[in-house]
Amino acid sequence: MSQSHRIDGGLIDRSRALHFRFNGKTYQGHPGDTLASALLANGVRLMGRSFKYHRPRGPISAGSEEPNALVELRSGARQEPNTRATTAELFDGLDARSQNHVGPLSFDLLAVNDRLSPFFAAGFYYKTFMWPKAFWEKLYEPMIRRAAGLGSLTKEADPDLYDKGFLHCDLLIIGGGPAGLAAALTAGRAGANVILADEDFVLGGRLNAETFTLGDASGSDWASATVAELAAMPNVRVMARTTVLGAFDHGIFGALERVSDHLLQPAAGKPRQILWRIYAGRSLLCAGATERPIAFENNDRPGIMLASALRSYANRWAALPGKEVAIFTNNDDGHRTATDLLAKGIKVAAVIDSRKTDAPRTNRYEVLAGALVSGASGRLGLSGVEVRLPGGETRTIACQALGVSGGWNPNVHLTCHQRGRPVWDEALAAFVPGGVLPAGMSVAGAAAGTLSTAGALSSGAAGAVKALADLGIRAKPADLPEAEDAPVRIAPLFHVPGKGRAWLDQQNDVTVKDVKLAHQEGYVSVEHLKRYTTLGMATDQGKTANIGGLAVMAEMTGKSIPETGTTIFRPPYTPVAIGALAGRSAGKDFRPTRLTPSHKWAAEQGAVFVEVGMWLRAQWFPRPGETHWRQSVDREVLATRKSVGICDVTTLGKIDVQGTDAAEFLNRIYANPFAKLAVGKVRYGLMLREDGMAMDDGTTARLAEDHFVMTTTTANAVGVYRHMEFCRQCLWPDMDVQIISTTEAWAQYSVAGPNARRLLQKIIDPAFDISNEAFPYMGCGEITVCGGLRARLFRISFSGELAFEIAVPTRYGDALIRRMVEAGKEFDAVVYGTEALGVMRIEKGHAAGNELNGTSTALNLGMGGMVSKKKDSIGSTLSEREGLNREDALGLVGFRPVNPAETFAAGSHLIGKGDVANAANDQGYLTSVCFSPNLGYTIGLGYLKNGAARKGEVLRAVNPVQNAETLVEVVSAHFVDPEGERLRA
Amino acid sequence: MHDLAALTPLSATEPRIERIGAIRIVEVTDRSLASLTCRSGKSRPFEAAAKALFGGALPAPGAWFEGAPFSLIWTGPEQWFVEASFATHEDIARILKEPFGDAASVTEQTDGWVRFDLEGTPVVDMLERLCPVPSRRMKNDAATRTMIEHVGCLVLRRAADRFSVIAPRSFAGSLHHALCAAATSIA
Repeated sequence: MSQSHRIDGGLIDRSRALHFRFNGKTYQGHPGDTLASALLANGVRLMGRSFKYHRPRGPISAGSEEPNALVELRSGARQEPNTRATTAELFDGLDARSQNHVGPLSFDLLAVNDRLSPFFAAGFYYKTFMWPKAFWEKLYEPMIRRAAGLGSLTKEADPDLYDKGFLHCDLLIIGGGPAGLAAALTAGRAGANVILADEDFVLGGRLNAETFTLGDASGSDWASATVAELAAMPNVRVMARTTVLGAFDHGIFGALERVSDHLLQPAAGKPRQILWRIYAGRSLLCAGATERPIAFENNDRPGIMLASALRSYANRWAALPGKEVAIFTNNDDGHRTATDLLAKGIKVAAVIDSRKTDAPRTNRYEVLAGALVSGASGRLGLSGVEVRLPGGETRTIACQALGVSGGWNPNVHLTCHQRGRPVWDEALAAFVPGGVLPAGMSVAGAAAGTLSTAGALSSGAAGAVKALADLGIRAKPADLPEAEDAPVRIAPLFHVPGKGRAWLDQQNDVTVKDVKLAHQEGYVSVEHLKRYTTLGMATDQGKTANIGGLAVMAEMTGKSIPETGTTIFRPPYTPVAIGALAGRSAGKDFRPTRLTPSHKWAAEQGAVFVEVGMWLRAQWFPRPGETHWRQSVDREVLATRKSVGICDVTTLGKIDVQGTDAAEFLNRIYANPFAKLAVGKVRYGLMLREDGMAMDDGTTARLAEDHFVMTTTTANAVGVYRHMEFCRQCLWPDMDVQIISTTEAWAQYSVAGPNARRLLQKIIDPAFDISNEAFPYMGCGEITVCGGLRARLFRISFSGELAFEIAVPTRYGDALIRRMVEAGKEFDAVVYGTEALGVMRIEKGHAAGNELNGTSTALNLGMGGMVSKKKDSIGSTLSEREGLNREDALGLVGFRPVNPAETFAAGSHLIGKGDVANAANDQGYLTSVCFSPNLGYTIGLGYLKNGAARKGEVLRAVNPVQNAETLVEVVSAHFVDPEGERLRA
Repeated sequence: MHDLAALTPLSATEPRIERIGAIRIVEVTDRSLASLTCRSGKSRPFEAAAKALFGGALPAPGAWFEGAPFSLIWTGPEQWFVEASFATHEDIARILKEPFGDAASVTEQTDGWVRFDLEGTPVVDMLERLCPVPSRRMKNDAATRTMIEHVGCLVLRRAADRFSVIAPRSFAGSLHHALCAAATSIA
């Protein structure tokens, strides 16, 4: 069977054959085909199964509004479910399968649901599966999940690339039909920056599907000539295959360009799709209109489609769903289909026009005026329709295709994305855009309710002139060809009354009866109707269903359609692949990575890295023979405390603070005094949030009278900087203080351990004396290293050892660590990672992120005394709140296991011996726990009620998550060198 | 003269040059950079020193100015980045601080940033895949802050077919990857 249903004409390239597969069978089509048009040309009408009842379905449309002809396109990792065959552009090698059936498409075992339909009416899942309760999770839900849904996912990672992009224009024209093309021509010739976007792969909209002429040319010829002129204008960007998905704030639009979907696969390194953000000075919505069906019994038989779709398939794609065709219409447009098909030599069995007196009369085909189609036969494909004549008698008409026209709905969707409500137009019997539109938007052509070609052309041109005038750009309407200007003549009809099931929403299997049931059960609000029946909810968002549902509800309530309401349209206009929303932020590129100055060296050493925010820091440096991380970490800790260790601490935030008021500024930021810090000195500082809780800590060095360098924790670097900018700009704008981040400008290393000074003396130029006398604990200064390189030196210690931090311009960071490692060989120096850093700070009792966890106060940290009462600083007042200063407030203390062989975990809660382990008996919790290689047992820091007074007490560290419990003794948080002799050595 | 060897932001000894289609992505490492901020109430001496040192007026918001030896980029209220040759102005912060004295706060920023120059006819197409700045409309003296793949950047237009992207140095690898990806996309 080769293109048995292909007729003459059409905008397809018959010189080339494209081979494709559907459900394993190979067919032929041509460039210019969609999957749906190619299947129809091959005599295939049955393309899918419905959602709930698994009824056989074929396409009802020829565009993105399609509810039925959904397929799984491509295979393997590229398989995409729920792809509309009506928009999928045919390519050689296309592979598609129908979805949502068990067994072959023509014999779906789940079609039994259709026989059981009385049990599956709207809201059935709210009423059934209620008993027994225990069955829900184990039986009902898995069963429903298996049966529900349409296409399937392969669960393989998407191999394609997706770009994001950003465009700016004076005028965005949404839709490239007659109105959009006339608008683009007008604006383009005026020199404005124009973007013209259309979801189709050929611009022209209905011009490509109609037989009208524009002037002397056919519609499609005029469209292609116009597009050619536009494409040659440097100020116009014509974007085919691009759907404008949503109208967002301030004239910003989202648009999806399908760059490679018409190819077997994207070229290497090229995106499959691009999600554009378009910043438009003005926008003109020329999105056209969508024809709507009329519901009647069995109106979902494959072969029944919108009359305009039938016309599109015949005129644009030269494909027909059947050799004998009938039309069911309530307006004049249905007759156009009959006329066009006749002209192509197709047999038109009859036009059933519901209008008794207004139906046009002709002798070219039979018109059954005042008649209604009341039923259809042919399960897997239409074989005939039953017609109820005005006299009440019925007649059966044999046909394989039925075109249905219930009138046209302007595509108002994007006008509603900022919650604008459309208004009802009696003459069109349809909603048209309301008065409140997204900022800068106007509407032209069929989208505005102007349904004739001439009207579309002139309103498009006029719309462009007006939009550009708003921007101060003068334009005159493009000279337009003469075109069809027929009036709209319609007698509203949304469904044919009858006993059987008449389908309103074919994608969600919602019938007229379901809407009536919803009304009967009290769901009169249209929003409730939608949720109860699922009308308009699926991938098509009810583009062909919503108005029908509203009309039935209006009929039930005795109100008019506009009184019944409209549902809200939300972005996206058509479905978007999640990959397109992610763009390049996928996999390893999910977020950028920050590398430290010693990264290259560390990688060469085989360091194990850990993510700290966006930074990659060396966690430990395994040496040959070390098979467990603890071996590496223990070695690094012991070697540092014994001799000397080096650690890259560049990631800590460095904020440069200058100005005549810099000291006073810091005095207000930090809870402890800073005004009198001497030049050449460093001080530990604790800053509070406005609510009195601890925010961050670090050291700040005074390099000059008006120059400080603050360090923050790695995690809070940005937050602290933002806080300081807020204070500077908003709280104290009169202060003379300038701040700027210098985090990345300096490579900074901690050099810690008894031999730290001796190692550094080999690096630092001899002119600088770093002896304990000349450069005591908490000293700082600008120095030079390695023969004259400018550097900074701070004598600060996080490990509790004699320690320095040395900083050089970042480009020399790699050379410096290599030099220090070389210089440290004679001391058996090690380089240590963040794990060893953590162990040493716990041994020393220094707080870190685990303790500064957003719930702790200075008092909790054992630093209550640091909050100066002699000055005002951020958070000092609220830190005095009664609740934060209770006698049994949590206090930071140390813990060790009563039995040194036992261990415990951070997060464990502290419970008294003999007490039940529950929240009421909670005494506190462990924040940081590690194995101390110096002590030979596990140690921990934690918050304990009235902790400072409870040293020596034994408690239970209870860990219900891991079902563990350890007896621990409360000790000082300073496990190593409590007197601080080492760091002052 | 010290004997420490420098690494580029992309961790190599020589700056990287990437050619993808008609685009060249050049890692620029021979420029030094400092922030220059006018102190409160010191506009007059600040402007006098600026005029003496830079010759012309300071660039307005959204603009930059190319001069010799100093180029200036507006980076915030009363704040500019000053760029000069690394070979002659490695110690740029000290060089600037002297004439401005207490009229300005100066910090060394040379190694805080990585600069990539993007060159080639389709450079605007490439930038349109990277950041929301209206690169097509930018004039040759325009400079603005933006985000490229989550990284806060400065984007400068130098010529019809030449832009610079200046970003925090630690992001160099990730940013370079993003630039190459965009160049490949439009190639």
